[in-house]
Amino acid sequence: MSWLRRLAGRVTAFFSKRALDADLNAELAAHLEMAIEDNIARGLSPGEARRVALISIGGMEQAKDRHREARGIMTLDILLQDLKYTFRILLREPGFTTVAVLILALGIGANIAVFSVVNTLLLRPLPYRDAHELVWIAPPPQKCGLSCATYSTDAYDQFRVLSRSYQDVTGYFAFSNPDNLSLNLGGAPVPATSIDVIHNFFQLLGVHPAMGRVFTADDARNGAAPVVLLSDAWWRRQFAADPAIVGKAFDMNGRQTTVVGVLPPGFDFGAVFAPGTKVDAITPLNLYGPPRDWGNIITWIGRLKPGVTLAQAREDARMVAPKLCWNFKYPQSCGAYNDTPPVPVPLKDYVSGKLRRSLAVLWSAVGAILLIACVNLSNLLLARATARSKEFAMRGALGATRGRIVRQLLTESLILSGAGAVLGLCLAVVLVKWLAHQGAIALPLLSAVRIDGAALGWTVLIAVFAAVLFGLIPGLRMAGGNLHEALKDAGPGASQSRKHERTRAVLVVSEVALACMLLVGAGLLLRSFMRVLSVDLGFQPDRAAAIKVEYDDSAPTGDASTQKRTAIFQQVLARVGSIPGVEAAGIADYLPLGQNRAWGTPFPKGIKPPDKTPVEPLVYVVTPGYMRAMGTRLRGRDFTWDDAPKATNVVMISEGYARYLAQYANWPEGNAVGKLLSVGKNDLLVVGVVDDVHEETVDGETGWQIYYPVTQASPSGAQLVIRSSLPPGTLAGTVLRTLRDLNPKQPAAEFKPIKLLVSHAVSPRRFFMLLVGSFATLGLLLAALGIYGVISYSVTRKTQEIGIRMALGASASHVRHRVLVDTLRLAAIGVALGAMASVVAARLIASLLYATSPWDAATYIGMAVALLAVAALSGYIPALRASRVNPTVALRAN
Amino acid sequence: MQPSKLDLLQGTLDLMVLQTLAVMGSNHGYGIARRIEQISGNEVLLNQGTIYASLVRLEQRGWISSAWGTSDNNRKAKFYSITAAGRRQLAADAHYWERLTGVMDRVLGMSADEADPA
Repeated sequence: MSWLRRLAGRVTAFFSKRALDADLNAELAAHLEMAIEDNIARGLSPGEARRVALISIGGMEQAKDRHREARGIMTLDILLQDLKYTFRILLREPGFTTVAVLILALGIGANIAVFSVVNTLLLRPLPYRDAHELVWIAPPPQKCGLSCATYSTDAYDQFRVLSRSYQDVTGYFAFSNPDNLSLNLGGAPVPATSIDVIHNFFQLLGVHPAMGRVFTADDARNGAAPVVLLSDAWWRRQFAADPAIVGKAFDMNGRQTTVVGVLPPGFDFGAVFAPGTKVDAITPLNLYGPPRDWGNIITWIGRLKPGVTLAQAREDARMVAPKLCWNFKYPQSCGAYNDTPPVPVPLKDYVSGKLRRSLAVLWSAVGAILLIACVNLSNLLLARATARSKEFAMRGALGATRGRIVRQLLTESLILSGAGAVLGLCLAVVLVKWLAHQGAIALPLLSAVRIDGAALGWTVLIAVFAAVLFGLIPGLRMAGGNLHEALKDAGPGASQSRKHERTRAVLVVSEVALACMLLVGAGLLLRSFMRVLSVDLGFQPDRAAAIKVEYDDSAPTGDASTQKRTAIFQQVLARVGSIPGVEAAGIADYLPLGQNRAWGTPFPKGIKPPDKTPVEPLVYVVTPGYMRAMGTRLRGRDFTWDDAPKATNVVMISEGYARYLAQYANWPEGNAVGKLLSVGKNDLLVVGVVDDVHEETVDGETGWQIYYPVTQASPSGAQLVIRSSLPPGTLAGTVLRTLRDLNPKQPAAEFKPIKLLVSHAVSPRRFFMLLVGSFATLGLLLAALGIYGVISYSVTRKTQEIGIRMALGASASHVRHRVLVDTLRLAAIGVALGAMASVVAARLIASLLYATSPWDAATYIGMAVALLAVAALSGYIPALRASRVNPTVALRAN
Repeated sequence: MQPSKLDLLQGTLDLMVLQTLAVMGSNHGYGIARRIEQISGNEVLLNQGTIYASLVRLEQRGWISSAWGTSDNNRKAKFYSITAAGRRQLAADAHYWERLTGVMDRVLGMSADEADPA
């Protein structure tokens, strides 16, 4: 109890310092007066009486100090004192303070921003209830596109019933096209993107609507009234955040569709399942309607029962796989999934697992930036500390202990890094806001990146870490010095300064080494990015653009529908083709680097196919002229409008596919043109062989493609591709007007340059390359600053020496030369160390490179040269100053 | 040159202050300091200023209390007086000191025969 009262007393005392001090002053004044009076009474003169009284008190200030020490909290007192002192000092040197805070803000800001990205993509669970239970169920990756990564509705039903590991399984239709929804509000139809999901999708994920309800099983029945759920963003953008929207019906794709709910702002389908695309609306998928005959169309997502491990779920899936049927109508299709058995993986791994390595590299890069910033700061502080060494020696002489001085210096570092952290946090907030709005970057969860509590905690952590890191070396150096030496140390040539200079050189070398590693990493990423951009895609993205065409597909199925479609397409292509500036025009249902599907592997007629082909060709249904519009080279002939339904079935195939088939068929010179393939009971005549197209990724290997004519096969949409002599953007208006002329229902779909498809596909690579590149540039700048600081300081310190040399006949160029050699020596050691470290560390980024060795000599040499050039540049300014030293002035100084 | 004065052992000043206040009743800092000096026959090295640290310490522990008042020669001064808790503490501390000095006396008065356990 009594210690509690004492503590309370001390705390009160701490906060009522002023009153207590006044009290004490009065008390001591009374004491003095009484003592003087007594002394006078004893017969001393007034002056002597006062002197004796003061002696017996033993120092007024000491008495007060002891009193304060006894009554209050000394630590806090000292802290306040240090803080006051630090602010005074920092404000007295605004230049130093600004530079230091800016350097720290850049270092810390970059770290916070990257941490937020890493935290969102890797560390934080997905934004769903009990997200650790969610699994993505798909076959191991194969080279035949989405058709080999999805399952049929019958297989879904079976899997759901037969598996015992899941609370429930859901899924969505994987083949939705962008802008597949056309909203008619009168006037021009508005294009939007919707995804069909199985009705239990939201219940399984644990997503509750912001308004209204989610889907029920009734919404997905045959003949159910069409319903839709709106994304928060679309509801705000298109429907002006109408609070009474639930229950209203709109014309969507020609059907009155009722809005049953609005999804919460935190739910972004694209961010998790289709990075880089925006999904405006969600519609229920009717499992027992037409989709039943569409083959593999659904991707699966499951929620594991509590306590079920991934290994158990995998074993379970392995047991179920052989029983799955592709379609119950065809009993022989049971067991169709032995080649593509479902394997559950944690949903989080599916979404962002591939990015782990990239993010690790990114994180290391900002870590290096922070280190460089700290080293720089250390250097700045050390230079300042040298200038302040006398001050500290004086304080030491007056009784400050070593710990007290280190404490003062650490307080200064903490204040600096605190200020840096605050500014850095502002920078990070801006950066993260910007990142979160980069919807075009195909990275998952990017829109969910934000500065949260964890990021704030991280900020505090790295701010303290940085302060200790950059404050400790100068602090120990400073406080460890010999008082006597420091007071005697008159400047040039003294041992203390020389020791400092060695420390500074070590710091600069490590800084250069770190910058070198960053540069090499960035260089390698840049080089492989350039390699990716120069990949022959199999089509020419430049000067081509695509727009989604809406057409009337309402004719009865079969030949009538084909004829109607053919007529429409023919008309569209004729009209668009006659627009001035249009060189070629064609239509395909899917574009490269977008959606795809496979329809089995046609084989040379009369030859028995092997049990398993390595790949299935991806199917594209195209019009005549499409190849020319895409810029894909073609041997043989293109499709014509005369390849009618009743005529011979024709196809075009890709080089790679043709080469594969030629191994089995004895085609003269391996030429597939004019040969017959068969699939099922149908014969297909190969009329052309075309370039291999990068259909899924720019930096991956190409698979096989097969092209069917729209005049014979049924496309699942229409993408009009035009190639023009003008920049494609200038044609957008004319093309859209033409399409509107032909079909008033044509929505104002986006006119997308084909280049955009490519840049979307390489956007994650570009994103990482740009980030690492800018960090490397930052590192280079900081290193240059460090070199400049050290050399410039050493020139100042050696002014006298330089003066003597010049007085003895050294020329200006000689002096300049010496300083530059000094600079380059430091830089060269740094570069050598950095290059060695890079050779070791390059393994880390090897998997991120494309057609580039992690030990690519050109990159290493280029970066070393760049670094040395920058070093020379930053040493040149002090060198110039050194050569302009006036000997008489220099010798007179000091 | 004066003979050197005694350094005060840690904690002894507090005890002296308590005893002084117990005997003299209420007094101000200067009075207490003077009194201790007189009693010790000027043998103790006492910076009068240190008395105030002792006073604040004792007051925070609740062993003495203080109030502003007027001195004999009509000067405003802070007067300290011992509390009941202070008297108890004094008794305990005094007992401790007596035991300690007793032990010290015996140890220092020890002769060669007594030191031999045999």
